[in-house]
Formats: sequence, C-alpha cells, structure tokens
Amino acid sequence: MGSEILVILLLLPIVGALLSFFVKGNGAWFVGVAFSVLTILLSIVAYNALGTDGFLLFKHEWIPMLGANFNLSFHALGFLMCLLTGLVFLLSIIFVDAKEIENPSRFYGLMLLSQAGLLGVFLANDAFLFYIFWELALIPVYFLCSMYGGPNRIKASFKFFIYTFIGSLLMLVGIIYVHQQGATPNFSWEIFTATGNGLPLQTQIVLFAMFFLAFAIKMPIFPFHTWQPDTYEQSATPVTIILSAVMVKMGLFAVITWLLPVFQLAAEYWKESIMILSVISIVYASCMAIVQTNAKRLVAYSSIAHVGLMCAALFSYPVLGEEHLGAQAVVLQMFNHGINILGLWLLVHVAEKRFGTQDLREMGGIAKVAPIFTTALVIVSFANISLPLTNSFPAEFMMFLSLFKSGSAYAIGLTVFAGLSIIFAAIYTLRMIQQVAFGPADEEKNKAFTDLDWSQTIVMAVIVTIILAIGFYPNLIFNLLNTMH
Amino acid sequence: MIQNIWLVPLFPLIGFLIAGILRKQLGAAAGWIASGAVLASFITSVLIFAEVNTAGFQSVDVHLYDFIKVGKLDISFSFRVDQLSSLFLLIITGIGFLIHIYSIGYMKGDAGFAKYFAFLNLFIFSMLLLVLGSNLVIMFIGWEGVGLCSYLLIGFWYHKKEYSVAARKAFVMNRIGDLGFLLGMFLLFAKVGTLDFASLESIALNSLWADPAYITAIALCFFVGATGKSAQIPLFTWLPDAMAGPTPVSALIHAATMVTAGIYMITRTHFIFSLSPTAQSIILMIGLATALVSASIAIKQNDIKKVLAYSTVSQLGFMFMALGVGAYTTAVFHVLTHAFFKALLFLGSGSVIHAMSDEQDIRKMGGLKKKMPITHITFLIGCVAIAGIPPLSGFFSKDEIMMNLFVHGDYGKVFWVLGMIAALLTAYYMFRLYFLTFSGTFRGGEKLESHLHESPSLMTMPLIVLAILSAVGGFLGVPEVFAHGAHWLQNFLDPVVEGSLSLRPVEHHLSHSAEYIMMAVAVAVAVIGILLAWNTYKKYDAKAENNGFAKLLEDKWLWDEAYENAFQKPFVKLSAFTEKTIEKKGIDGAVNGIGKLVHFASDKLRLLQNGSVGVYLFLMVIGMILLFIIQWLSNG
Repeated sequence: MGSEILVILLLLPIVGALLSFFVKGNGAWFVGVAFSVLTILLSIVAYNALGTDGFLLFKHEWIPMLGANFNLSFHALGFLMCLLTGLVFLLSIIFVDAKEIENPSRFYGLMLLSQAGLLGVFLANDAFLFYIFWELALIPVYFLCSMYGGPNRIKASFKFFIYTFIGSLLMLVGIIYVHQQGATPNFSWEIFTATGNGLPLQTQIVLFAMFFLAFAIKMPIFPFHTWQPDTYEQSATPVTIILSAVMVKMGLFAVITWLLPVFQLAAEYWKESIMILSVISIVYASCMAIVQTNAKRLVAYSSIAHVGLMCAALFSYPVLGEEHLGAQAVVLQMFNHGINILGLWLLVHVAEKRFGTQDLREMGGIAKVAPIFTTALVIVSFANISLPLTNSFPAEFMMFLSLFKSGSAYAIGLTVFAGLSIIFAAIYTLRMIQQVAFGPADEEKNKAFTDLDWSQTIVMAVIVTIILAIGFYPNLIFNLLNTMH
Repeated sequence: MIQNIWLVPLFPLIGFLIAGILRKQLGAAAGWIASGAVLASFITSVLIFAEVNTAGFQSVDVHLYDFIKVGKLDISFSFRVDQLSSLFLLIITGIGFLIHIYSIGYMKGDAGFAKYFAFLNLFIFSMLLLVLGSNLVIMFIGWEGVGLCSYLLIGFWYHKKEYSVAARKAFVMNRIGDLGFLLGMFLLFAKVGTLDFASLESIALNSLWADPAYITAIALCFFVGATGKSAQIPLFTWLPDAMAGPTPVSALIHAATMVTAGIYMITRTHFIFSLSPTAQSIILMIGLATALVSASIAIKQNDIKKVLAYSTVSQLGFMFMALGVGAYTTAVFHVLTHAFFKALLFLGSGSVIHAMSDEQDIRKMGGLKKKMPITHITFLIGCVAIAGIPPLSGFFSKDEIMMNLFVHGDYGKVFWVLGMIAALLTAYYMFRLYFLTFSGTFRGGEKLESHLHESPSLMTMPLIVLAILSAVGGFLGVPEVFAHGAHWLQNFLDPVVEGSLSLRPVEHHLSHSAEYIMMAVAVAVAVIGILLAWNTYKKYDAKAENNGFAKLLEDKWLWDEAYENAFQKPFVKLSAFTEKTIEKKGIDGAVNGIGKLVHFASDKLRLLQNGSVGVYLFLMVIGMILLFIIQWLSNG
C-alpha cells in the first residue's frame, strides 16, 4: 500500500461519525473507541511506509479551476500528532462514562467529525485544503461546546466563536491573497511557499501577522487567550480535552508547517517580538493560575503558560533552516503536553463529578480513600511542572536552552522570565494537589469519595507509562523524529 | 564491579516499586524489603569503594544510554565513579541503611508504613543519581528528585494542613534555587557546548575559556542552586519547617544527605568556583552569615527538632565557609562528620519524641537520662561531637575549617573570630538542648512520665553505631601537625580536586605552635559554651516568656514574616488585581465590545442553536463527501 493510506486515515473518522449518528447508546461509544483505535493503527502503518526522505506524499488534483489540490503530506511530526489525536480521543472516550452523556450518538459523531478535521489539519499539504480542515475541526467542537457543559456554556462558546472566527477570517484573506499573487495560482504547499517567499518584505510582514493571529488565538497567546479559561470551564470534559490536548497543537503545528516556511523574511522580522509576547504570556498566565480557585480555570491558565513557552522556543532559532534545538523540543513537548493535560483533565473531571463542584476550596481529604486517584494526580501534576524523569523535563530543558541561545539581544532576560514559570508552576500545581487530595478527611463528601474504577485506572496507567517512558528515555521520541532530514 | 555501578541506584528503585505497588499486600514486610534494597546498595558501594581506594585509580565514566542526543546537544545517561562519588555512595547508603532500620521501629503501626518506605527508597535512588551523574543534567535529575522526595516526606502526614504547606514551601524554595542551577547550565553550555564533568574540567583548567565576569556569573548561578538545596541565606527558611516530616526523614534528608547536595555540587564543579575569587568570597560571606544567624536562632528555640534544624543550617554554613576559601576536602570532611553526628542527634531526638508520645517541646522534658540510658549516652556523644571537643569527630573537621579561615587572605582573622562565635553558640545551644532534655527533673506531667521508656533495639542499635562513628570519625582526617601524612581523607580526595589546588593562591602556613594555640582556643571556646549552658539550664524551671532580643531570636529574626510581606502578599495581590483589571475589564471588555459589533454573527449563531443541529451537520458532512467524490471521479 502506498500513500493512499493517508486518504483512508483521513476518511475513516468521517465514516465513523456517520455510523455513530445512526447507532444508539453504547453502540456510539463503541464506534468512538473503534475508530480512534483505527486512527492509531493507521498512523503507525503510515509511519512505517515513510520514504527514505522521511515523507509520504499523496497528490491529487481537486478543483483545477481554483488550483486547489487534495494533497496530503505525512512525516514524523505529523505522525506524532496523528498518534496523539488517536490516543487522546481513545483514552478520553474510554475514561468518561457514556452514561454521563446525553444523546451519545450525536456526541460521539461530532467527536469523530472533529477528529477527522484535526487529522486533516495535520495532513493537508494544500493551503485551501488546510483551511477547510481547520474549519471542519472547529465547527463540531463549537457545537459540542454549546450543547454540552455548564450553565454559561452559550456565553462561553460565543466568545470562543468570536475569537476563532476573527482569526480564521484573517487567515482566509491571507491565503487568498497569497494565492492570487502566484504566477499560476495554486494552493499546493510547494507553490504556495514559493509564492509567499517571493513577496516583498512589507507584504510578508502584514500577511505573517494575519496568519499568526489566527494561530495565536488557537494556542492561545496573551492577549488573545481569554476565550480559553471560559470555554474550558464550561465545556464537557471530553470537549475540553480535545480543545486543550489536540486543538491547541493546531496552532503550533501550523506555525511549523506553514507560517515559518511560507514567510521566511517576515519570520525573521517578527521572531523577537513573538518571543517577547510569548514570554509575557507565560508569566501572565502563571500569575493568573496562582490566583484561580476554580480547578478547570487553573488548568486552563497553566496550559496557556506551557504553550507560551513552546511558542517562544519555536521562534528562538538563530538561523532559519539550520538545526534548531527548540523546534525538536517543541515537537516533543506538543506530544507531552497533550498527554499530560489529558491526564489532568480526566482527574479534574473525576474530582468535579464526585465533589459536585469545580471549586478547589470545596475539595480535599481524599488521599486515604482514593489512593489510585491521588497517586495518578501527583504523578501527572509533577509531569505538569516538568520534574526530571517525567516527559516534560527534557523538552522544557531544551526549550529554555534554545531560548537562551536564540541570539536575541534579550535572550538572557527572556530565559530568566520564562524560567520563572518553573517556580510559578510549582506554586499553583502543588496548591492544586493539596486542595484536591490532601487535608483532613472529616466530612461526608471526603469519606464517600470513590476511587477510580478499573477502566479509569487502566487509562491513567497508560498515561503514567507514557510520561515515565519518555521521561527516562526522551531519545525514544528524538529517534522517531530522526526520519525528518 | 565499577562497570556495574548502575546496580547501586537500581536496588532502591526496585525497592521503591515493590513497596509502592504492593503496599497493601506487604504490610510490615515493606520495611525489611526497603532496608534490604539499601543494604544491597551499600554492599555494592563498599565493593566499588574498595576498587576506587587503590593507588593510581583514575576516574571512570560508565555510559548507560543516550538520554538526549539531538544535533550538538549530547547528554548521556552515565555515571562517574571516582573518589568523591564513591565516598558519597558510602555515606548515603550506609547512613541510609541505618535510618531505614531505625524507621522500622519508629514508624511501626503508622497507616502509611509501606508508602513511607517506598518514598525513602525513592529518595535514596534520587540521591544516588545526584552524586553519580557524570554530567550536570543527570546531577540535576537527582537534584530535583531529592526535592520531590523531600516534598513527599515532609507532607507525609497530609491530613494536617500545615504539614502540606511546609512541604510546598520546601519544594518552591528549592525550585527557586533550581532555576539558578538551570541558568548556570545554560550559561555554561552556551560557552563551551558541553555539560560533562570530565570535559568541563579539562576545558576549565587548560584554557582561558571565558572572561572572569562570565565565570563568576556561572558560579553564582550554581551557588543560588546550592543555597536552595543546602538551606543557606536567603533560601534557608524551608528547612526548619521541613521538620514536619517523620523524624527519621529529618535525619536522613534534612541533615545527613540531601542538604549536603549543594556542597557536593560545588565540590564537583570546583574548577569553576576556583576560577572566580569573587564568587568564592560571596560563598564565604553567605556561609558565615548563615552560620551566625541560624546559630543565634537555635539558642532560643523550644522545639527539639527546630533546634537541630537550625543547627543543621548553621553547620552547613560552616561547610560553605570552607568552600568559600577553596578548601573542598575540608568541606567534604565536615559533611562526613556532620552526617554521623547530626543523623545521630536527629534519631536520638526521634527516640525522645517517641517516648514523649509525640511531644516535642523541650520545656516539658527533663530528667530523661534515667529512663532512656542508651538514647541519653548516644545523644551526649553527639552533642560533644558537634560542640567540637576532641577527640570526637566534630573537633577535627571544624578545626580544619577554622584553620583554613585563619590563613585566608587579609581578613582571615576576622572570619576566624566570627566563626569562633558561631562555634561558641553551637556548643551553647546544643548543651542547652541536652540539659533541658536529659538532666533536671521531668516537667511534662505525670501522665507523660508514666509512658517514658527506652526505645526498642531496632531504634537504639542505629544510635549506637552512629555514636561510635561520631566518636571516631574524625580520625579520617588527622591534622598534619599531629602526624605527617595522616590525613587519610585529604590523600584520598586529592586526585579529584588537585586541578584547582594549582589555582589557589599560595597561603602562608601556620607554625606548629600557632596551630596548637588555636586548637586550644577552639576547645576552650567550646567548653565555655557548654559551661554557660550548664549554668543556665542545669536546673531549669523558669516559665518566663522571652522578650526583647530573645523574643526576636525565638521568632527567627522575623525572617518568614519579612518574606511574606515583601514577596508573597504583594505578588498575590498584584495577580488578583491584574485578573480583575487587565483580564476581565481590559481584554474581555474589548472582546465583548467586538462581540456586540459583530451582532450579525450572533444572530446567525442563535439561529444555529435553535435549529436541528444533527440534521444540519449530517447534511454538511454528506455534502462534503459528495464534493470529494464528484471531483475525484471527474478528475480520475
């Protein structure tokens, strides 16, 4: 089998979504599980089919009139992202009981649809196709946000919509503009890149800003972030997980595969400003996290801080195209962040369900009755603060190092300020552990707290295994990425 | 055997996994399994030590696997076996084993018995990584690992909120230091492109690799890391609070091993510090200030463990003084003797607390020597050793530090005098503690008195072993003036630090008679301290509250309060204010404004929500697929 496998990889979740709309109850849950497993398996098959150049390309003309192609590209980075997508969907679907969900056929159908969109974003090798999938990933999530979740979900998803709508609009205008400038207008990555780089610096600078805004909103970066805590707080947990574990990576991924290659001159122009903005984002979000009393908002701000570091590291290259430590670390951290935040959300979900609140001050005193929950919480939390021998440590270490060596005049200052996040992260994460699990067990709600059931334990065991395996042997992932020359 | 060095950390790692995973099934057996794991490590360490302790031994790097290998960044997971690391292996696993055995008695019946031993084993594992790492990254892994274990064990009794708070404080303070460590690594890597000790040493000693200011910056960054882990000013306030953990933990982690990590790290990277006299002077000052401040606090503390905690901070200050004058071997010597007598004193205090039904206030003790003869004798030996009375171990190592101070630079004599004051305070607070606890009459009431008992032999045996070591440990470093070439430790460690010996300015040596006089002064100072304590606390019965300066000392110079008011409170206030203004009113306000402008979009949105979404979506998907298929066929 050749590159057609990419088409299958992409279309299967859509088939699953259609199937799910028709089956009732547990059947839909099963469809969700089965098709997520298929995504993982097909990603692995596709990885093994990578050519000697580290790429697997599928090319097909789609709408010749417009110069739009159904071009797909698969490489080590895309593989990690597809794998992450499959894993995150699979684990969160297993973990969250289908009985908690109203109208499961609709729910899992929309989930799978969004999965297809995400895979499309990670595979698309054509700007037009990329844009379509970017939106396709978003629309089902938007519906999920507004139909499932807390009482203020409409307001939150409206805000979410406004933000992403503006971002997408700017990007669409940018895509069309670049497309029009081509000698023979074409959306395929190769021609699009050549056209983009052929533009004069002033034009590139504006276009770069338009694209970056769309991606910055998605990550998000200060000050384009306020949709995130609201949306995370109000959405149903599986939706929150998709948003934070995978969708956030769309922004970073798009920077790597589109923004940096397409506008290289403008990237040089913008990179220092973006690093500064990202570092502000890190410190700002960390400070916000420290004062949160709501568990979900705390995790949301923690995520913004982590993503800020990734974005800063991504732009910390001294010379574009040369070996870039930061980019390798960011790729690793994109995967890690997905796994870690998945674990955090699942545990926060359990705490929220059993305590009946998201307020950290109302929790606590359960370490004795729920040892598995507490152990998992402690391990995942320490991964969140990048303790050595967990997966985030090598990545964060390299990102800081890359920032330090970025050649920027402010490199030392940026590293120190970004470095403060390791202290801040310890402050808010340890407080979270303490408030959720520790303290006196003197109330009814402490004693009645039930530990994770067996399927949840297995899910957490998988997450912890991944955390420690990469933590002890990070070169595992770097070896995987080494096909990318 | 050296190639099998990985066995040393592997045993406690396995012990941790077994005790941690099977904690319900194992019950009391967990203690023996964990102790056995550390014993196995100790035996392996002894075998390795025997191989290292041969003439002409060259350090060996044992490569296990590539940890990070990306482009020019090549960090291998490998261990460095040399005199320094093999000595620390013995301290960690040897004292660690004794404390494990002691803990079986001490923690008997605790609900978290197996979990406790799992954490203890994890700690040993981390500490071994710290000393074995052949590059700064692996050292850093252990460095943060011990911080984690310290956090877990301080907050071991998590149902008490203040204990969890103390655990968090310890971790966060350590993290501040860790940031320094990280920045030091970045500065170093940016300049020389390696973090490997062997390469670093040859680069540092053989060429001018950076300007002095740059080297000073590196050294100070690492020193910030050391102040966190080794509880020096300004990051020392976590250590006294860390006494919330079970007492054997205080003995192992917060006295004998983890807190010496800063000393170890600086000794390991001595070639950087020796190149920066500025950094060395700062280390000397900080060490001296810490030794004096914490000794002064210790004389007014009433919690038996708090006295020992401040004593530890103060003794660590002595070690930093030694590092500050470039006397690395001397610092390690004091690490060694201090590990013996401070572990002994903490375990002794644990024995007392055990008998006192968890009462830790020394004002309620007294006269315990009759009820607890073994604890009493061993504790007394510890007190004498730390006070610096010959021939017990503390005398030798402290004397060596003092001699090094005396001959150091222009102000050496001033440092010596200040160091002597700290030594005087040491003797005083230790014997205040001793007299209040063991002599006089019992002040804790009849109910407590009837419970008093000597601890079980599982607890007293380690005390006896440590007492012997505290008594004779000093003979590992007999001063040159007594017998030529008898300083075993110096001869042993010379190969590790000889590189920077050449960098040290030549110092005028003291005449033998001057050395004898100074020793006599040191002993006299210690005796005066003891007599002062004896005079005041021999028959203690005063209920008077401290006031004035004494109250300030009891309140720890208000150090914690100062931090709280200077950093913690303003920071939280600022964050809360930012959330209210910038986040809510500023950004969200703007977004909502835009939202109103895009009224059209909102209308459309409401329509979508009211319509039949399932049908809509279904049609959308079908439509898209049809589009794909049609295009496919028409092109195909």
